[in-house]
Amino acid sequence: MLAYTLKRLVQGVITVWFIATATFIAMHNVPGDPLSNDKAVSPEIRKNLEEKYGLDKPVMEQYLIYMGNMLEGDFGISFTQQNRRVNDIIREHFPVSAILGILAIVFAALGGILWGALTALYRNKLPDVIIMFLVILGISVPSFVFAALGQLTLVNVNALLGFTLLPVAGWGSVGHMIVPSLVLGLGTMAFLTRLMRSSMLEVVTSDYVRTARSKGLPPTRIFLKHQLRNAVLPVITVLGPSIAAITTGGFVVELVFAIPGLGRYFVQAVQQLDYTVIMGTTVFYGAFLVFMVILVDLIYGWVDPRVRLE
Amino acid sequence: MTEASFNVSDFEPVSGAREVQRISRPSLSYWQDAWIRLKANRRALISLYIVIGLLSFTLLGPLLWTVDPAAQDLDQVSQPPGADRGATIVGPFQPWEGATANAQVSGQEGAPAEIRLAEPATTQAVRLLWDPVLDAAGYRVYRNVFPAEEGRALGLPLAEILSPDRVSFEDRLDLEARTYYYSVVALDPIGEEFPDFTSLPVKVIRVITAEQAVERGLAKPGALKPGDQVQLKLHPFGTDYLGRDLLARLMFGAQVSLFIGIVAPMLFVLAGILFGSTAGFLGGRTDQAMMRFADFVVALPFLLFMILFKIAFGIGPGESGILPMLLALVLLSWPATARLVRGQILQIRQEGYISASQLLGAKTYYLVLRHMIPNTMGVILVTLTFAVPSAIFTEAFLSFIGMGVAPPIPSWGSMCNEGIKTMLSHPHELIFPAVFISITVLAFNLLGDGLRDALDARMRSTE
Repeated sequence: MLAYTLKRLVQGVITVWFIATATFIAMHNVPGDPLSNDKAVSPEIRKNLEEKYGLDKPVMEQYLIYMGNMLEGDFGISFTQQNRRVNDIIREHFPVSAILGILAIVFAALGGILWGALTALYRNKLPDVIIMFLVILGISVPSFVFAALGQLTLVNVNALLGFTLLPVAGWGSVGHMIVPSLVLGLGTMAFLTRLMRSSMLEVVTSDYVRTARSKGLPPTRIFLKHQLRNAVLPVITVLGPSIAAITTGGFVVELVFAIPGLGRYFVQAVQQLDYTVIMGTTVFYGAFLVFMVILVDLIYGWVDPRVRLE
Repeated sequence: MTEASFNVSDFEPVSGAREVQRISRPSLSYWQDAWIRLKANRRALISLYIVIGLLSFTLLGPLLWTVDPAAQDLDQVSQPPGADRGATIVGPFQPWEGATANAQVSGQEGAPAEIRLAEPATTQAVRLLWDPVLDAAGYRVYRNVFPAEEGRALGLPLAEILSPDRVSFEDRLDLEARTYYYSVVALDPIGEEFPDFTSLPVKVIRVITAEQAVERGLAKPGALKPGDQVQLKLHPFGTDYLGRDLLARLMFGAQVSLFIGIVAPMLFVLAGILFGSTAGFLGGRTDQAMMRFADFVVALPFLLFMILFKIAFGIGPGESGILPMLLALVLLSWPATARLVRGQILQIRQEGYISASQLLGAKTYYLVLRHMIPNTMGVILVTLTFAVPSAIFTEAFLSFIGMGVAPPIPSWGSMCNEGIKTMLSHPHELIFPAVFISITVLAFNLLGDGLRDALDARMRSTE
């Protein structure tokens, strides 16, 4: 177990190093450079700026400085937002994204497990048919369409009621969080419902459930202790990819709902070619996702003793 | 004990023997069987028809509906489908003098007593006149699309008139055929607004000049005179915020979205087959190394790398950005198929029929062509079908955040991105591309389910 954990961590570090290097190479391949924008800059100012950001040094030296700074956890200063350190941007805005993402994943997991179990219990009856139809819809509609529809519904509901039930955009109160996190979790919830349903159907016909039933255990106990607990296990395996889906889905939801999360800053930085912010947030997101997947795998091995980690 | 004796006749076949076993139905090949199963699955069959319909919409549509997707119809901007297309012919635009009045002689206090139209309001010009206000040093004219009375919702300030005598204004700013609410507020000498304002609802009718009608191919020269009615160009799905035909844009957007959605999976599945079958066939240390590499690529955060790739091979002027996206998709997506194919190959190598074939002297290429590939084809086809919706999703996501196909080339994702900005006032600009993405993804998902049930006995779902 320890050896496996160490091996995965080393692999993770190598992956993150590759991400950082690829980001550096990508940034240096971009046509144009961060200092050329619409304002004309005199050669002297340009030279000073290049010195300030270290752009006048040879590429290899820039790479070493960049890697050295990154090891110290310093991502540099933003090009477009003057005097703002990338570390500060991440520190201020990642918590917002994290709250949104955690709410979304809790919502998706609870909803997915509940609906999935329900459809399996009512297999081929009306609730199953209705929920599975919604699930197919949930898998087929892109997150930005959900976000737009969620916002549109909110506007209409508020107009219908004559007062603001929930704010349409922005961030700050609990009311701001509800609809964006629901919208963000929908796709994952649909996916988890489907997975939970097939896993539940497998469990329902298993021997130990039949044994439990023949022993005369109460149905609720069988459902909770024997069926649900065992059926939930495969759901944990896809939590890693789900976290990735919700993280990137967050870019869009934050954009549509004007939420000051890191995703929105990342997309903005990409559009404005803010080099240091792109590099910093990409490496940060990359490391976050890589280690999340490792964490989920370790948790799975811990929860399900049948899985041999090696 | 008697010795057994046999005659020749004992070795003749028994006549009228009962047939113990007989193949009662025609024997079916794998693909015939799969096709019968697929035909029995109504959802999959409908999805197949939808996919065929989408492909013909994309490929044949532009031949039937030959409107240029980049052409702007400025008479009909952001029109929903089925909107009124009538327009009245008017003469060419004539300059207008306006009107003046002496406020100190005829003015009244507070706000203008009344706003009037100097002539019927048209999309060519709205000409307003109002009664002067006592002590006013000037006026400010506002326009809104909602009534202004509630909460002083004056709307867009159109003009500031810094002369007490001028009591007229001509509005020619992006007029559409709808009702506007004009408001006029008097200004004091330091430019502060008076507290009161006067408002006038104006219903604007759509007009074009005879020359414009000829220019746009709506009529022959000389055929129209002012006062005639013409029908503007038909846009079955309406127009977008620049007056471009949505149906034509949806067709061309489909070409981009479906091209990426179908070609990219084909390429990366092919790459995956080559990689996976090589690894599975060679086995040993080479296999280990190749699969370690595949694991490494899988661990990379997919969309982050798509965005990085996009930035690195950024779009120069005149480029569409389709090729970099295609390349990035192929480079990042092949490992899933490679793993699958390798697993299949390893499994098939163990099968008895492979050993039998080898014993009978079959060469490697025969084994691969006759046994390995046909037996993995089903799984590969299912993977391919499921890869299409995810590629379409990726394209739509990237185009939505502005990292996909470069304008003016439309894709469904970038159309959604444009549509979301005018979602509240013109929802059709978002709804049409969103519905097309959803239906396409839905159809491929259901078709994939059907194909999986039909082709792969082991993956058959528990329904």
